[in-house]
Amino acid sequence: MRLEPIANPTLARTLGFPLIALTLTVLIGSSLAMLAGANPFATLGLILKGAAGSRFAILETLNRATPLIFTGLAVAVAFRAKLWNIGAEAQLYAGAVMAVLLGTGALGWPSGLLLPAMAGAAMLAGALVLLGPAILKVRFGVDEVVTTLLFNFVVLLFVSMLLEGPLKDPMGMGWPQSSRLIPEARLPRIIDGLRLHWGFGLAILSALVVWVIQSRTTLGYEMRAVGQNRQAAEFAGIPVGRVILKTALLSGGLAALAGFSEVAGLKGNLTLDISPGFGYTGIIVAMLALLNPVGVVVSAIFVAGVFVGADSMSRAAGVPTYIANIMLATALLTMVLAIALTRFNVRRG
Amino acid sequence: MADQLGAQEVVLRLDGITKRFGALTANDAVSFSLHRGEVVALLGENGAGKTTLMNILFGHYTADEGTVELFGQPLPPGNPRAALAAGVGMVHQHFTLADNLSVLENILLGTRPLWSFGFDRASARARIVQLARDFGLSVVPEHRVGNLSVGERQRVEILKALYRDARILILDEPTAVLTPQETDALFVTLRKMVAKGLSVVFISHKLHEVMAISSRVVVLRHGKLAGEVATGQTDRHKLAELMVGSEVKSPELRASTPGPALLTLSQISTPDHGNAPGLKAANLALHAGQITGLAGVSGNGQAALADLIAGLERPVSGDMALHGEAPAHWSPRAAMDAGIARIPEDRHKTGTIADFTLTENAILESYSQAPFSRRGWMNWRAARDFAEQVITRYDVRCPGPDTRIRLLSGGNMQKLILGRAMEPGPKVILANQPVRGLDIGAISFVHGQLLAARDRGAAILLMSEDLDEVMALSDVIQVIYEGRLSPPFSRGSMTAAQLGQWMAGGGFDGDAHAA
Repeated sequence: MRLEPIANPTLARTLGFPLIALTLTVLIGSSLAMLAGANPFATLGLILKGAAGSRFAILETLNRATPLIFTGLAVAVAFRAKLWNIGAEAQLYAGAVMAVLLGTGALGWPSGLLLPAMAGAAMLAGALVLLGPAILKVRFGVDEVVTTLLFNFVVLLFVSMLLEGPLKDPMGMGWPQSSRLIPEARLPRIIDGLRLHWGFGLAILSALVVWVIQSRTTLGYEMRAVGQNRQAAEFAGIPVGRVILKTALLSGGLAALAGFSEVAGLKGNLTLDISPGFGYTGIIVAMLALLNPVGVVVSAIFVAGVFVGADSMSRAAGVPTYIANIMLATALLTMVLAIALTRFNVRRG
Repeated sequence: MADQLGAQEVVLRLDGITKRFGALTANDAVSFSLHRGEVVALLGENGAGKTTLMNILFGHYTADEGTVELFGQPLPPGNPRAALAAGVGMVHQHFTLADNLSVLENILLGTRPLWSFGFDRASARARIVQLARDFGLSVVPEHRVGNLSVGERQRVEILKALYRDARILILDEPTAVLTPQETDALFVTLRKMVAKGLSVVFISHKLHEVMAISSRVVVLRHGKLAGEVATGQTDRHKLAELMVGSEVKSPELRASTPGPALLTLSQISTPDHGNAPGLKAANLALHAGQITGLAGVSGNGQAALADLIAGLERPVSGDMALHGEAPAHWSPRAAMDAGIARIPEDRHKTGTIADFTLTENAILESYSQAPFSRRGWMNWRAARDFAEQVITRYDVRCPGPDTRIRLLSGGNMQKLILGRAMEPGPKVILANQPVRGLDIGAISFVHGQLLAARDRGAAILLMSEDLDEVMALSDVIQVIYEGRLSPPFSRGSMTAAQLGQWMAGGGFDGDAHAA
């Protein structure tokens, strides 16, 4: 079997294959629901309804999409420069810790000063977490896939230690959780009475900023050049090592904003389960978006919708929520295949 | 066509082969046949459709129209094994050998099932030795391929095909990597092969070699059959005309008066990188208004010299001087800032970024400077203007500056690289394989630009594996062998054969231990 590139894929091809992929995902998801003893059509309906069936459902989906946009952007920025950051999870927790450190009363500033300070400190912490692996990569050629992945466990255990020790809420009945943020440190809600908070607005803004950086700035040009052809970049005199370090700072900072936004926007305090794998899901989000920052917003909302919809469906139909994970995995695999098929002809022999 | 050939059996017949890639027709109703015991040269510019045609024969592509017949049997399309089984062997330009295996193992590789026991290695070895003797291909079966010279590797590739009972051998640009002496040896082998009834397709763009070895020449131009002539009834000029469709002139070299040395290397050594030797106490002086040609078999330190001048490599010992002064630090940026224009050897891997547009590629070396970048912001309008200027001045044929450069032919890609390097008005030009793989039109354009730069007073280092090119353009020639540089020979003072001796290492022995 061989792949022949297509110079100019037709519109039918560009839209057709992703649609087929989506259909396949739905088919596989619903046949699993059938296996679990539920009516597949009803299940599907329930997922759709749970993800987007009401104003509440839609806002819930956007809420869930918020951290995914940040981690998705972090991964997209890094992968674009071929810096394989698998450690968005660690950077997220680093950001969450900073939000708690500054937001639980250490600084008695008004919101207008405190929130930017928290976001800035979070970004700094996330950036520093990724800077280590990036320096090891640039200076000694250490594979960052390994180091960033391992850092996830190191940081998670460190946070666990903090929550059992210095950051532990004295009023928390012994639970490993931090004290609650002071009101000034909370991100306000976009609409009164509904859970959607301004973290979502910050996520959208971040996507736009990343898009501007990539397409309009010298650093963006350097990052794309280094990612697409490091040898040519080096020959042309682009400071490859420095560009990778700057990319790491940006990527780590973006992932950390997910932690800041979850703590300050949604949860109000830090626990060890603040992220159900947002850092890893961010990789799926970024890949589905083909590393495009604006696409990340769309794919994060899609992925969040699948999660929220499956959650609600499982409660209503008595089907395990694992179906959401399977559907996402199928969506990623079929989408990657579909995208390949829009660009290549498969020939036998 | 000579009459006696008509009597010979037709072993390969391509009939009306058409292959389209989207709007591009790579082969347009191409027909030709190969007879038993003859060498047919397949001649054409880069992009003329030679490779596509051979890929169709080998089943890598399926033709849209037309048929392939081997030994009278139709060849099923799209099946690479069919061509191999029918007795077609191909020697690619880039060898497909495993460096860590011996010659014997490389030849046997893939000829028997993975899990066969009781294999008679001795008889296989005996057969290889016999084949090598019959065809004058001297190799030692036990030698590791990684230690062989390029010429030896090519002999292993040919033996590999012969061991598989190839009756038809296809050679893709086989002489590109050989010294003149090695080329002569290859031709002896090919003559022995046709004498024994084998048939050879010789793909080349070097006219004098085509004249020397082939009995017939098939010329392709823009995917179409431009002509088919018996070699005895044509000459180089007529072939060149068929190839490009109009008469071509070779560049005329006016005498030049060399100016001061702009770049000098004295006793420079650079580190080895694996199999690639570094420089060993090399001396070189590039003078204003002069082209210095570097001759040598590939893999003899050309890469080290190119990397040094391009700023990618720093010397471990020796002195380098630019405009008479030692550079404070050395990097690609420093080299460019010192007025060195660089045309890299590999325009795909080093010279361009495939998925970047022409605009983005045009500013690759100057993106960080005004007007393209100001305070960290790109000025894409200025970049696009610059790209358009390069496209017009250097005749880059393309749909526009927003096209991704991967869609351009090699020649147009090279013109863009040339344009971006030449626009700042460089003092020193490093041209590493500037015309490799280009068609005649692009070659004469690139050569014309280099000569014009020379007449403007630039100091040029021309590195090429094509000795003809080096001899045609250079005012001074130096030979590189295992990282050492010969003394400069002035134009016309050496014949190709004498240079070939130096390329094979003769003449270096006296100062071999200078490093």
